[in-house]
Amino acid sequence: MKQHILHVESLRKDFNRRTVFSDISFEIRSGQSIAITGKNGSGKSTLAKILSGVLSPTSGKVLLECGGSEIPARERHEHIGFVSPYLQLYDEFSALENLRLCASLRGIQYEDFQGDALLDLVDLSSRKNDPVRIYSSGMKQRLKYAFALLHRPYILILDEPTANLDSEGIEMATMFMKTQCDQGILIIATNDKDDLRHVDTAISVEKGRGR
Amino acid sequence: MKHWIRATLGVFLKDMKSELRTRYALNALIMFVIITLSMILFSFGNEIAPQFVLSGILWIIIFFAAMSGLSRTFVSEEERGTVLTLQLLTHSSSVFFGKLLLNILLSCVINTLIVVLYLLLISNFTIQTWSIFLLILLLGSLGLASGATIVAAIVAKANTKGTLYPVLAFPILLPLLIAVISGTQMAVEGASFASAGGLLQFLFSYLIVFTTLPYLLFDYIWKE
Repeated sequence: MKQHILHVESLRKDFNRRTVFSDISFEIRSGQSIAITGKNGSGKSTLAKILSGVLSPTSGKVLLECGGSEIPARERHEHIGFVSPYLQLYDEFSALENLRLCASLRGIQYEDFQGDALLDLVDLSSRKNDPVRIYSSGMKQRLKYAFALLHRPYILILDEPTANLDSEGIEMATMFMKTQCDQGILIIATNDKDDLRHVDTAISVEKGRGR
Repeated sequence: MKHWIRATLGVFLKDMKSELRTRYALNALIMFVIITLSMILFSFGNEIAPQFVLSGILWIIIFFAAMSGLSRTFVSEEERGTVLTLQLLTHSSSVFFGKLLLNILLSCVINTLIVVLYLLLISNFTIQTWSIFLLILLLGSLGLASGATIVAAIVAKANTKGTLYPVLAFPILLPLLIAVISGTQMAVEGASFASAGGLLQFLFSYLIVFTTLPYLLFDYIWKE
């Protein structure tokens, strides 16, 4: 597998006149993991969104390198899986339909057995044909893991990875984090001490640089 | 390219399936058309309005029907909080063209319904040159969908979406509306097809500009 490197250089994000964070720089490569920490409102989720490419920084840049060549920003989403409490899936569709949709929009080959296997992994296979609107918040969080892992991303970004999950769900999330650490890059945004045990290093958005 | 087409069709099919299940836009559009036509019929009573006034009224109905329904493609994503999901899944141009395809479909279906009902209910409104009228209707529907789609993407981020949408869309769609109203008057008066050449060229140019310009600007609107 090709070596992936995520370079983050002097990131700064302002909302109107308020600076959320500034001077965030770090580098992370395949097999490494990092946690983004900071108080509520310090910009952990904002940084996670910038890293995943859905939000532009005010200044600074995020570069993703694969096997020595840079991946264009417009293709970065193909390499990233993202789980977050504020990520909403289409609740008029079932879990299986959401995964089909995900594969179709990502332009990847998909057969229903792949979706079935993933839903089995997150323990949702018995409810796979129910519309997502009747799911509990914990079930929705489990589905988000299936959604993030469907395209086998090199980088997995988890914002509050264990939010809304029960003890079995937390075990499942821990298993995903460990697997990702072995196979690619793991980035988590959290203040939970248990989650921090799974990463190599941590960066505080209040301080700016990794420790 | 194959990937892009697949993703664009994926957005279109997702929105169409979602629309058929939730009826966000379709119900609003159909109700608007029925109520507006009923009000026009009541207000006319036994009076016979001149043909040029009827041409204008037809496009006013079409404009406001578009304003009540075509914004839903982006507004529903904002309201349900699924914008982030789409941003993560595919490139912005696939989202724009997928949404544009849905708005073109909605616009063509609803405008055809409006024209059929208008021709049936307004006895004084008769088309003499069908070739001009059908081309004007097609290019008008496509132009309306293109202009309305990019304005919908802009207003979806605002707090006062409902008010802002027609206000922002009006100056963008005004040249199109003037052209289609003139074209409809020519079709009603029985003008020759050749005499409508300039108008049709203008409508075609408008369509090209309002498809390519939003494509270039959309990435900025979508990400911020």
